[in-house]
Parts: sequence; structure tokens; C-alpha cells
Amino acid sequence: MQGPGAISPDRALLSLPQKDPRMEQILANGLYLGAQYALIALGLTLIFSLMNVLNFAHGQMYVFGGFVTYTVVAQLGLPFIVGLVASAIVLAVMGAVIERFLFRPVIARSKRDESTMLLAAGIAFFLDAVILLLFGEKQRGVPKIVNGVFNWDMRLIMPYDRILIAALAVALIVGFILFMQYSRTGRAMRALAQDRMAAQLMGVDVDRYSMIGFALGAMLAGLVGGLLVTITGINLGMGGPTSIKAFLMIMIGGAGVISGAIAGGFILGMMESIGLTVLAAYGDVTYLVIFVTLMIFLAIRPQGLMGKPWG
Amino acid sequence: MTDQTQSMAERRPMSAARLAGVLAFLLAVFILVPAFIALTGRWDFYYTLTSVALLSVAAAGVWLTFYIGRINIGQGAYALTGGYVSAILITQYGVSFWLTLPLAGLFCAAVSVVIGLPILRLRGVYFAMVTLVLTEVARLTALALPVTNGAKGITSIPLPGELSILGLTIIPDFATLANPKLAFYLMAAVLMVVTYLVLWRIVNSRLGHLCRSLQQNEELSASIGVNTAMLRVLAYAISSFFGGLAGAIFVAISQSIYPSSFVVQDSVNFMLYCFLGGLGYVFGPMLGTLLLYFGWDLLSVAKQYQLLIYSGALIALMLILPNGVLSLLDRKGGRK
Repeated sequence: MQGPGAISPDRALLSLPQKDPRMEQILANGLYLGAQYALIALGLTLIFSLMNVLNFAHGQMYVFGGFVTYTVVAQLGLPFIVGLVASAIVLAVMGAVIERFLFRPVIARSKRDESTMLLAAGIAFFLDAVILLLFGEKQRGVPKIVNGVFNWDMRLIMPYDRILIAALAVALIVGFILFMQYSRTGRAMRALAQDRMAAQLMGVDVDRYSMIGFALGAMLAGLVGGLLVTITGINLGMGGPTSIKAFLMIMIGGAGVISGAIAGGFILGMMESIGLTVLAAYGDVTYLVIFVTLMIFLAIRPQGLMGKPWG
Repeated sequence: MTDQTQSMAERRPMSAARLAGVLAFLLAVFILVPAFIALTGRWDFYYTLTSVALLSVAAAGVWLTFYIGRINIGQGAYALTGGYVSAILITQYGVSFWLTLPLAGLFCAAVSVVIGLPILRLRGVYFAMVTLVLTEVARLTALALPVTNGAKGITSIPLPGELSILGLTIIPDFATLANPKLAFYLMAAVLMVVTYLVLWRIVNSRLGHLCRSLQQNEELSASIGVNTAMLRVLAYAISSFFGGLAGAIFVAISQSIYPSSFVVQDSVNFMLYCFLGGLGYVFGPMLGTLLLYFGWDLLSVAKQYQLLIYSGALIALMLILPNGVLSLLDRKGGRK
């Protein structure tokens, strides 16, 4: 096992059965990965835009969500959808509690904004400890929810459960965008992200919507965990690397912008998929290449693709 | 932040009380701790305390980048680089360990200038995230390069040799010592004391004032003629120098280095040490390192609840003292 924080392309996430995969296959893999990644990045960027908090515990929340689904589906024997809903509810409550009792008092009393990073890192450790005690350190998974493999003339091979999960992820992303765009709560949160002070002066209940936003962000992390536990399974060590990947995505797209998170997720998914195939001959350098590209990109455009200057 | 600056400006160069405090600290580090360990026979504490001293050197660098208003989560990259520079110079070119120390630091400083020029333009979380990624870049580079021997790492590095000037032995060969643990401890402690002396001097100099102006408002300080670009690269280079130095000594102690010797977790820890001690205080990172690292070590008696208690304490500390442990001093002194 690699040490904590070691990140590498998710081979398990990709299906690369053929020796020399076709372009269709690579693109399909990239899209499939990107849908999951975008959903993780959305939660992170939502929390960041509302509270200016970089949620180090995001990966751990994702792992926690996966374990909740695992417990409900594999141990209690309930249907998958129940597990998914349970993950969403548990994580939403957790997010709300964390915002209300931890972040809010610290933000109110701290001299420097960055102090919340220590808190977030502490919460990440804490969740790791809780996951270890509750669920153990073994790799866990749930049985396939749909059997069968989609095969288009050997050009594109994709198991049906992956297609279903990707479709669910896309549906969730669309649902999230619609919610942010048209619901009263979504509007309030967008106002908060734009200008906290102005929103408060216009009568938006800032505390309430910060809490809802944090809960929603945590819920998204939990949902992705619940979705992916059916495919890759879940284990304790996945938290840290997932957080870093989520950071990468919001750096690419621009922190605090919904469109940026989605773009970042899909771009990273695509880069992983293409990198794994094209760079396979040079050893395990996919992420090295991604990092270096990102640094050059950020040197030219520091706020990412769609971000506001200086977040 | 303004009150903090004020309290620093009020600080007199060296009052009697301060001198006594420094002397008491030196006494504790160089005499009381070895005496205590000799009495109780807890020789394992030497390793822990040596690590604390070295980690606090690296954390001092992170603190300096905080001082110019940047969140640095990439110190692990420089510790790793410094470690590899020292290891490669010793094993492949037969350079003396004592010479590799400054070389490792300077190499890291040079690298940090090249990397810092573009990335120091970033601010806030963007800089934080890029530096976090930097640690991974260092690890992956160490894996990919041939000179670092990939995942197998570099092992069986000889202990530091003799250091002598004109035939006069200043530091004896570590391999001939009866107790290299004590020698390593003293070396790390000396380095720590010197590092914090340098840091204290920087903060209370013209350079320190300029750094503070950067922390408060970069545009404003640029508008009154401060060369902000040069200043932040300089601060980052000094920071990385400390990181490389600490990494090189770590390698000498463990006599081996692997790409996973310093990972993202270590980089995050350096940042936590600074936060916990207090960002407004020069000696904050030292205290933070001692509390967190030593506390973690002591908590190992709690077995599987170790991480739970540790992180719980971390969160509780943050709730009670969001500005770091040393902010207690402020309250006692009546300053707000």
C-alpha cells in the first residue's frame, strides 16, 4: 500500500481491458471518471465559496459516505438506493454539525482566515480515526448492482453498472445546478458567495445558509462515496488522495465557481484517462505530467479557467 | 492584525527578563534534557526530541512564508530534496556530510527561487493548493529519476564523519562515538537554536518590517516602493533553505531516504505546527512542533484511540485558542 497522501491515477476506476484501447474507449473512460470527479469538486467548491474554507476533510467525508452505503447495503441487506439516501442524510447532518459547532465559532474568533485550515485538517484526522474505529481498515465493497457489459463492436467496452453510476452522477450534477439556479435556497447561497456582507444587508440569513451550504457540500461528497463503493469499493486510505485530487480540480477550474468545478472534474478525468494510455510506456508519470502542466497553467492564469481573481 | 504589529514594534531589543528566558531555555535544552534522560533511562526520548528539533527547523521556514501572508503546505518537498541532495553527494561523490548540509540548503533555496517566481504570484488558497501539490511532485520526481534510485531509495548512508579545521577536531566522527543518539540530539538542538535566532533577527530587522507590510497589504506596500516580488521570493528561499537543512539531517539520522520519506502528510503537519503555536509569534512553530509531535508520541499508549484523542485535542485547542497556544501570553500581558 502506498503511504498516506500518495496519489495516482485510479486504475481501478478505469476499465482498460484491451492492450491498445481505442480513442472511443479512452474518451468514454474520461467522461465516466470526470462525472465522479466533478461531483466531488462541486461539494468542495461550494463550501469554499460560501465560507472561504478549504475543506481538508472532504476526502474523508467521501470515504465515510462510501462506508455508510456499504453498511446499509452489504450488512443490512437493504436496496442500493436506500444506502445512497442514508449516505446523503448522514453526511448532510455531519456537515451541518461541523459548520455550526466547529467552523462558525472559530471563524468568529480567529485573527486570520487561514486558522480554519488547522481546524479542517484536525477534522480530517478525526474522521479518519472515527472511520478506523467504526468500519476498520479493510477494503470494502458491495455486490454489483447491475450485471452485464456494454460492448459496441469491441470499440467501446463499458460494464452496465459503470454506465448507470455515471448517469446517476450526471443526473446529480444537473439536479445540483438546477437547485442552485432556481430554488430560493440556491439563490441565497449564490448571493452569499458573491458578497457575504451585501447578502447580509439584503436580509439573507447568513448563518443559516452557511450551514445549509456546508451540509450540501458534505452531502455531495457522501453521495459520490455511495456511488463509487459499488465499483471500486472503499478503504480508509482513499481520503487524503481524494482531497488532493479535488483540490486539483478546483485549481484547474477556479475555486468557488460551480462551472469551474465541473470543468475541472471533467478535465482531470480526461487527463487521467488519456495520460494512462499515452504515457504508459514511460512508467508511472501521468500525475507528474499533470502536476507540471498545472503549475505552468497556473503561472499564466492564476485564478484557473473560470475563477475570480484571487478567489 | 494591527494590534499584533504594534506589540511587535513595542518590543525592546533585549530586556533582562528576555535574556533570562533565553538562558533558561538553553539550559533546559542542553543540560536538563540530557540529565533527565540519563536519570530516567528513557533513551527513546532522544530520537523523539531530535525529531522535534529538526521538524521545528523546517516549521520555522513555513512560518516565515506565513509571515509574508502565504500558506505554505509544501515544505515536505524541500525536506525531501535536501535529503536527496545530501544522500547523493555523500554516497556517490564522497563529499563530507558537513559540507553537504549547506549545499542541500542552498540547492533547495535555488530550486525554490525557480519555482517561487511563478507560483508566488498566487495567493490565498491557490498558493496553498499549489504548494500541497509540490510535495507530490517531489515524491513522483524522486520515483522517476534514475539518480535517486526510484522506490528502492538510497540506503546505508554512512554516519557523519569528522569535522576538523587545520587538524583540530571540532566534531568527532559519529561512528566512533559511544552514543550517537546524544550527538544527533545536540546537533539538532544547536541547529534549532541557531535557526530561531536567525528567524528572530529577520523578524526584528528591516526585512521583517517589509515582510509584515506584505502580509497586511501587498498592493499598498508595492505602491510605496517595496519590491514585493523580490521580497517574497527571498522569504520563500530562506524558508526552503531551512527545509532542505532539516531534511539532510533527517537522512543522516535514519541513514536512508525513500521517495516516501516526506509525504503530503508531513507538509500538512509543518503547517499545523505553525498554526498551533501561533502565527504571530516567532517561537510559535517550535512550541507547536513540541506539543504536537511529542503529544502524538506520548499518546501511543492509547493504542487504537491514539488518532481519535490526538485529533480531538487538536480540534478542542482550535476552539479554545484559535490564534495559537502562544496567544495565551497576550492575555496575561494585558494586551489585546
